Amino acid sequence: MTARSSAFVIGVLLAVGSIPLPSPLSLAAQDTTAGKKVYVKWCAGCHGETGAGDGPAAGAMLPRPRNFTGALYKIRSTASGQLPTDADLMRAIDEGLPGSAMPAWKGRLSDAERRNVAAYLKTFSSFFADTSQHVVPLKFSSAPGGGSGAAAIKEGRQFYDSIGCRKCHGDQGRGDGPSAPTLKDDAGFPISAADLHQNWRFRGAGEVEDIYHRLRTGLDGTPMPSFSDLIDQKFLTDEQLWRLAQYIRSLSPAKPPEVRDVIHAPQIAGKPPASPDDSAWGRVDRYWFPLVGQVIRKARWFAPAVSGVWVQAVHDGKTLALRVSWDDRTQSPDTAWLGFEQRLMQTVTSDDSAPPKAELWPDQLAVQFPRHLTDGMERPYFLMGAATDPVYQWRWTSQPRHAVAGLARGIDQFDTLPEAPTVQAVFDHGEWRVVLTRALATPDTGNEVQLEAGRAIPVAFFAWDGSSGEHGSRMALSTWYFLALDRPTPPGVFISPALAMLVTLGLGLVVVRRAQRRGAGGGRSGV
Amino acid sequence: MRKLGLMAVAGVAVLALALAAWMRPQPSAEQGGATITGKVKFTGTKPTNPKIDMSEEPKCKAKYPGVPTEEIVVVNPNGTLANVFVYVKSGLPATYKAPEPAGDVTLDQDGCRYHPHVLGILVGQKLAIKNSDGILHNIKAKGVKNRPFNISQPTVMTSERTFTAPEVMVPLECNVHGWMHAWLGVLPHPFFAVSGADGSFSIKGLPPGTYTIEAWHEKYGTQTATVTVAGSETKTADFSFAAK
Repeated sequence: MTARSSAFVIGVLLAVGSIPLPSPLSLAAQDTTAGKKVYVKWCAGCHGETGAGDGPAAGAMLPRPRNFTGALYKIRSTASGQLPTDADLMRAIDEGLPGSAMPAWKGRLSDAERRNVAAYLKTFSSFFADTSQHVVPLKFSSAPGGGSGAAAIKEGRQFYDSIGCRKCHGDQGRGDGPSAPTLKDDAGFPISAADLHQNWRFRGAGEVEDIYHRLRTGLDGTPMPSFSDLIDQKFLTDEQLWRLAQYIRSLSPAKPPEVRDVIHAPQIAGKPPASPDDSAWGRVDRYWFPLVGQVIRKARWFAPAVSGVWVQAVHDGKTLALRVSWDDRTQSPDTAWLGFEQRLMQTVTSDDSAPPKAELWPDQLAVQFPRHLTDGMERPYFLMGAATDPVYQWRWTSQPRHAVAGLARGIDQFDTLPEAPTVQAVFDHGEWRVVLTRALATPDTGNEVQLEAGRAIPVAFFAWDGSSGEHGSRMALSTWYFLALDRPTPPGVFISPALAMLVTLGLGLVVVRRAQRRGAGGGRSGV
Repeated sequence: MRKLGLMAVAGVAVLALALAAWMRPQPSAEQGGATITGKVKFTGTKPTNPKIDMSEEPKCKAKYPGVPTEEIVVVNPNGTLANVFVYVKSGLPATYKAPEPAGDVTLDQDGCRYHPHVLGILVGQKLAIKNSDGILHNIKAKGVKNRPFNISQPTVMTSERTFTAPEVMVPLECNVHGWMHAWLGVLPHPFFAVSGADGSFSIKGLPPGTYTIEAWHEKYGTQTATVTVAGSETKTADFSFAAK
């Protein structure tokens, strides 16, 4: 094909994609042969040639890619057990499924390509050809009045308790309920109850309306049931289910957290708070850092349990206090989760020499700095330094409950230093809150980073959930970010402008007075 | 006069037939029909079922004097095996038409276990899923030929569902209580039974023919037997499952 003819084909494809189709919601008229080409190129790597969710990359994914052969879809507008509508399929393709490996394809594939591939997906299951299947979207009401005020949320919380959400999602909604360790999806893979504090990772999106829809439809193929029967039988009113959705929405931040590169640690007058639950932390800005699985070195880990950490920092000119909090369903080690850990090990591909076994590992956190601050941008290797260029780390473990400092020389070697940071940690309903404190300046300037105000101090984070089998190289990690210890504004900053203004005013007055005097004298001389 | 007498006899006969039909609510039981009966034996060492930790559900736990167990293998005191689903797998004439289902089939969630543990239903017949516990159960049907569903029942309530395609078996489960499993056989005819507390089963009202009878057990798999019946005779088909 010449460049001109391919340009023509692309032009036609684009034009076709932009022509409004007669029935925008139906995929009946789509070209499944063209859809298959798109599928083989873009989808089969994860979802498999036969659509069974078993492509070459599937083993490293949790949740696993959708198996299309059973026509079971999580995100639908239809009742539990019903097929999804064409619009439901298009939504999953267009927008992706947050919190999973499924990306949004809108903008990557043309409208025609996406619609053709959706039509092709339907050929994997005979259910879509079965005319006795009624695909009817549920009639969803709109959000009731009363809004998302405290009373509505309080009422929602009552239903959260009374209809048993906590059994899986836990008392505070972090997916740590008593039934959580036993959960499996329909294919038998381990599955986690959603962490309701991270609505930006909800598969079907996280606004109140999305949550209400999921409560009505359930997530087919998962343990999450539909609550529509409760409304039909008048055990709950529709409005009450909306209140529940509002309560669930209220657990997450108003907006998905933005990643900011620099943690600003304000200087405070008193002693930095050493306790994670000190009310002083409520007045300090918090920063979100996403973590990803360690897939660079063996043994790689594709299913990190900790999706990110919240970080706060303050100092008083002498000591730094760093508060790191993150969601973790378990206070590891926890024997109740051994079975879950075993299933996880069996499900997620590993490149260990021997198949990993479930063991009782602790939870861990590492905070990493370079040993020395430099003026340039070069930093040690972010993945725990190197033999020739180690990094300075604080490492905290849940058992034994302590923190040490040391030098990491790559992923496998950690040499403990004599001086450790002080630490206080709290585990509270699926959340760890850890405060590490250390003097800004220390005697061991060769090994321990000297935390200077006004400098950009590189910092990185690592987290392990022991009950997910995480230890050693099986971890979640961040890249380098920066910590900046803010200096209190010097008094000169406020005084200088005032002084300058006073001086200017004084000089001005002098000039005016002199001019007035001269003017008066001149008048006299002229008479 | 003779005509009148004939009519009276006919009337009585019709009445008697109607009465007979009324007295036999079992839709399967065609008048006369043949019966296949038998016992499901169990050989070998009886396995122990896993104990259920119901400490999270005191309401359920209180319904048992001791520690409740799962019901994967239920061996009766007489050495027979309960909860075996026995059904006509093939052999019905192509023209056979199942009677309209009479009434619902009930599955009860009581004491955080399913009652019954194994059950059969006709295509299109209503399954009444009852929650007698009044605590949160979800009931998930994991059919392959039937559309799966998953509904929440956080209180004393009954939900009804039907099944569209024959399928042996549709697994039913509760995810809140990972130990709760039941098995539902969906068939286009009423010729099925579940072995009971004495290990016996009985399939009644069969038209004459040669049938493949299958016995299904959740742990020990399936066995088949071929049985030919005629008229209203009763034939025996025994099965035997061995411990694995």
